[in-house]
Amino acid sequence: MATFEQQTAKKAPNSEIGFAHWLRKNLFSNVTNSVLTVFALYVLYLIVPAIANWMLFDATFAPVNNEQCGREGACWRYIIEKLDLFIYGFYPAEGYWRVQWVLILALVFVWIAKRLKQHQYKLKIIAGLIIIYPIVAFFLLYGGLSLEVVETHQWGGLMLTVIVATVGIVASFPIGVLLALGRQSKMPVIRLLSVIYIEFIRGVPLITILFMASVILPLFFHEGMNMDKLLRALIGITMFQSAYIAEVIRGGLQAVPRGQYEAADAMGLSFLQKTTLIILPQALKISIPNIVGSFIALFKDTTLLLIIGLLDVLSMVHLSTSDENWLGRSTEGFVFVMLVMWIILYSMSRYSKALELKYSTEHKN
Amino acid sequence: MIRRLLSFLYKNEVSAYLIQLLTFGAIAYVFYQAIDNLIINIENRGIRTGFDFLSLESGFDIAEYLIDYSSSSSNLRVFYVGLLNTILVSFVGIAFASLIGLMVGIARLSNNWLIAKLAGGYIELFRNIPILLQILFWYNLALTSFPHPKRSFELFDSIFINLRGIYLPKPIAAEGFIWVLGALVVGVVLRILVKRHFNKRHDETGVETSTFVYSFLLLIGLPVAVYFMLGAPLHLDYPALKGFNFKGGISLSPEFLSLILALSIYTATYIAEAIRSGIESVSQGQKEAALAMGLTQKQSLKLVLLPQALRVSIPPIINQYLNLAKNSSLATAIGYPELTSVFTGTVLNQVGQALEIVFMTMMVYLTISLGISLILNIVNRRMRIKGQ
Repeated sequence: MATFEQQTAKKAPNSEIGFAHWLRKNLFSNVTNSVLTVFALYVLYLIVPAIANWMLFDATFAPVNNEQCGREGACWRYIIEKLDLFIYGFYPAEGYWRVQWVLILALVFVWIAKRLKQHQYKLKIIAGLIIIYPIVAFFLLYGGLSLEVVETHQWGGLMLTVIVATVGIVASFPIGVLLALGRQSKMPVIRLLSVIYIEFIRGVPLITILFMASVILPLFFHEGMNMDKLLRALIGITMFQSAYIAEVIRGGLQAVPRGQYEAADAMGLSFLQKTTLIILPQALKISIPNIVGSFIALFKDTTLLLIIGLLDVLSMVHLSTSDENWLGRSTEGFVFVMLVMWIILYSMSRYSKALELKYSTEHKN
Repeated sequence: MIRRLLSFLYKNEVSAYLIQLLTFGAIAYVFYQAIDNLIINIENRGIRTGFDFLSLESGFDIAEYLIDYSSSSSNLRVFYVGLLNTILVSFVGIAFASLIGLMVGIARLSNNWLIAKLAGGYIELFRNIPILLQILFWYNLALTSFPHPKRSFELFDSIFINLRGIYLPKPIAAEGFIWVLGALVVGVVLRILVKRHFNKRHDETGVETSTFVYSFLLLIGLPVAVYFMLGAPLHLDYPALKGFNFKGGISLSPEFLSLILALSIYTATYIAEAIRSGIESVSQGQKEAALAMGLTQKQSLKLVLLPQALRVSIPPIINQYLNLAKNSSLATAIGYPELTSVFTGTVLNQVGQALEIVFMTMMVYLTISLGISLILNIVNRRMRIKGQ
């Protein structure tokens, strides 16, 4: 009787494991792929070393003036010298601590809100913070009482970009919710007004709305009212953004299952109770990733402030290119803003993707 | 009594009417106040009103125009010049964005690791940089790195690249070229008839015929044959350096080039994502089923996979076309003379009638938006799954 002994498993053939296999499978699986790979490598060879040399290896960081900076590489000294200008605009240097405190307070408040979790008064505390924070922040930035007043035309740089984007999203949120509810309403007048507003705003470019806010809006107000340039821009941005937020929230409202509406009605809840207690909490939760997406779009759009003459970070760079001491360094300036903007926007888009994953577990029927 | 009144007010229909009436009243009041203020402000500041300014002489030059224009033309003419430039930029931008987007979207799903990663990197890089920043960046790059006209880059002695832009040879139709175009039209018509004939035969008998040869002969062969029979009635006008600048040929300004480059690179990232999600939305089973039915690779792609993928891809792509048209208004930052820059910018500064000018501009963009939404609705209706 033949006996069978257990054989030791053979090792996988060399062609199926290791780096060589990975290369063959992913880069050289057939003729077309091989040609493509070689072509892509060649393009990378042309681009990457050139950019790396310009940005890093030939670049100057040392404290020198414009003439001593080489022409082959980037002159990052220019950015370092102008960094305060890019971040704070023409905000007086003695007041930088005020801007920093606004940021620190924001972080502290977010931290508190996160720590609360299931605290008894959680909602009340958060609502309190949301009301108090803008007042404190405005007081710190603008001044008043014992603080020196810093007029808004001195605000600028990245600080202004963040302020405009934040105010824009916060102010447009309640309006957006109302518009979204209005568009879903059964009352024809309200629905029609909401639809006209939303479609009108979404149909025209932001730049025309900013023109309208900065040139035409003052004409509609009483002569004595001297409207601040920043305020006008904020009104324009809020008008624009609320239409987009409304569409995002409408998507959320439509995603709430029909049964929820019917159950709320069956419970005998009034319209207000139904909306605030049953529908909106669910609709908003569904819309969160898209609201972040809409914030990203708004952040990109703040660069348009340059066209109506407000000094956001892009405008500061644009302005500083005409500085006599640093002529011909505009490329460094643009690359710097692109880098800053890219880092902010990319992290936000990753965050929005993570949120999408987090919230996509429910309502999948 | 009060109780009855309250319960009357709380009735759904009654409160609905009341709320609508109140809202309408509030909005009407705000409008009334605003317009009242407007009239007072206009009188106090001595602002002219009405559309008379359109017939006034504009008094400024425009660098690029598609219709005849000089500084003695009217402001209405400026409006048309700007509008045509907006349309030109939108169409060229849409063409390039679609091309790049299609390539990148397909490359993103390539089984070649390097190509897929490069396409992904392209998308993440360019969609996270604001479009205005990209426009300014390319414009700045063109102005700082392109050479002086005397030291232009040359390609084949006919294409010149310098600070003032790119100069290409311009084809000029001589007498008889119209017949070549005529031949092209005839070719297109014949090709449609041929296609219809073979489709009909396929429906009746099931025999499939390749129409490639016919299409090639009719669409390319016929016009080319006519072209040479007439003795090549097309001349090229080459650009040449005269004095400080190039004359002749087609010239593309740095403003136009950087605008097109930025718009198409930026929009292409969104189009690529739309195409990718369309292709990914078709389940693997569809492809397997198509192959199991005995369709060839090409047939399964054409008859089963693409129609389903396009249904998902096309609506967001059309939306991106709309965004591109709206974003073309950012040209005002680099001074390319499209509608917003030349009409809402220069004309507004000269005549100061903000109300009329911004209104006209908005109406143009609204019309474009509504037109594109209309197309989108038609496309959606045609592509809807039948029977659902």
